[in-house]
Amino acid sequence: MLGFTPADYSAILLSVKVATTATLLSLPFAFAVAYVMTYRRFRGMVALDVAVNLPLTLPPVVIGYILLILLGREGLIGRHVLQPLGIQLIFTWKAAVIATAVVGFPLMVRPMRTAMEAIDERLIHVSRLLGAGWFDTIITVILPVSVRGIIAGSVLMFARGLGEFGATVIVAGNIPGVTQTIPLAIYEYASSPRGDVMALSLCAISIAISVVVLVFHEWLARRMVRRD
Amino acid sequence: MELQVTLQKRFNNFHLDVEFEVQGERIGVFGPSGCGKSTLVGLIAGLSKPDRGKVILDGETLYDGTKNLNIRPEHRRVGMVFQRPSLFPHLSVKGNLTYGLKRCSTANRKIAFDDVVEVLQIKHLMDRGVKYLSGGEKQRVAIGRAVLGNPRLLLLDEPLSALDDSLKFNIVPFLKDVCSTFTIPYLFISHSLLEMQIMTDQVLNLSDGRVLEKTTAEALVRARMGESMAGYMNLLRLTSPQPVDGIYAYNWGNQQLLIASGDNQPEGLFELLSTEIILFKSHPEAISARNLLQCRVIRTFEARHRVGVDLDCGGDGHLVAEVSRQAVEELGIMEGSEVYAAVKATAFRKLV
Repeated sequence: MLGFTPADYSAILLSVKVATTATLLSLPFAFAVAYVMTYRRFRGMVALDVAVNLPLTLPPVVIGYILLILLGREGLIGRHVLQPLGIQLIFTWKAAVIATAVVGFPLMVRPMRTAMEAIDERLIHVSRLLGAGWFDTIITVILPVSVRGIIAGSVLMFARGLGEFGATVIVAGNIPGVTQTIPLAIYEYASSPRGDVMALSLCAISIAISVVVLVFHEWLARRMVRRD
Repeated sequence: MELQVTLQKRFNNFHLDVEFEVQGERIGVFGPSGCGKSTLVGLIAGLSKPDRGKVILDGETLYDGTKNLNIRPEHRRVGMVFQRPSLFPHLSVKGNLTYGLKRCSTANRKIAFDDVVEVLQIKHLMDRGVKYLSGGEKQRVAIGRAVLGNPRLLLLDEPLSALDDSLKFNIVPFLKDVCSTFTIPYLFISHSLLEMQIMTDQVLNLSDGRVLEKTTAEALVRARMGESMAGYMNLLRLTSPQPVDGIYAYNWGNQQLLIASGDNQPEGLFELLSTEIILFKSHPEAISARNLLQCRVIRTFEARHRVGVDLDCGGDGHLVAEVSRQAVEELGIMEGSEVYAAVKATAFRKLV
């Protein structure tokens, strides 16, 4: 179909794999951060807020470079945590996952936070008074009531993940068949002579995936409205 | 139930500073909005932290500022019903009802699910989503949910205020029945004297963050009689109605009352305002009011510019009427004197 090479197919698969893994990996952390920012009052709240939202305004290349410094062989985390454990991240698809997760994190946290802020405080009070501890309340009240925000956040991060370029190219490189995702493949085709058709074909695939994701999100949202 | 409370809490421009001790099952907390009623119950429930003080419920200390002891709300075994039902939107009626029951230790489970469902008459709603309930049904489920948590004290924070009048008095019997059937003591919070009269034996009168007095709803109503246009609210629980010419006759003490707002239900609670009662010194020959009761004056009491008259209407019938000072003199009303009280059949308002 469309004359894709094996490397193109693996780019498509890798894009989906990286975006999916990054989304699933980020879910618990994003939920925890949204919970803490909504319900806990503490010193350094503004600092956390800024830290979480920073990737939204920073150029992805900057994020990629910072990650490279942290996770690389000589980096703080790379040297003291990853190397002793025998983990090699840089220039693997896992690095692309981390880059995608960091860049998309604020997009995931924001809808979750909005959903949690909209929860009637009395629901939480009632649950506590009926004998549920705070963790029980999170799992049985806050999580199910804010599920729409959680889905919206996940969809946003997934969609953003499909398009991640700047941070990924720095920490994971652009190795066909290994770390080359759709945007990187398009970049390569676009910069090579007579690569236009292939670049356009990949663009079409990219659009198709995005449309599927958005339709899925819309369908899920409608289903929930009906269930309510 | 025995509750000892000494609490202080300051926030923004408001300062709550209360100290009281109550024993009993049906306690009211009365006061205008903004006087600190909801703050007080929130502190008793452990939903917010006081600045200092002490809360002791049935001998167990729930909060003690000096010892840094603050039992978490989930361990206090205090139930709460709010103004709005606040049902869990993601759970069915059954899921809501069993939420507290599931989390209650077996040792404390004294109230059976089926019994509560029966008293509140919510069996047919069981599998419905909570969005498909009417306002009254929602509040009944909220009451059931709180009761099934097997609390040793129930905090009723204006549970009737969000309901319109007819619905309000529909909920009252359920609320009373469920608390008396399962012997759950409660603190009933409201700014309505009528609700206080119906729901409580003792009342803490709160104003501007302080407890003014420990009193009864009856005493409060009498004290307020002169200030309010409506006067004193006589509450009559009447039984076995008989239809007579389009209205209803109820037995009351050893007399009969003709009431226009009656219906075929075997029991009803009626409100009769003191201002609706006209007193005669002797038997009026002919009168359009359908009820003419021969009464004896038990005593009179002053209420601002008016005078309240306690009447013994025979049997167990008591009424409070309200007249001006001039009328007292003209009719020669004093302890022991005989008067006739005339009440129109339309003067009674059916509450329940």
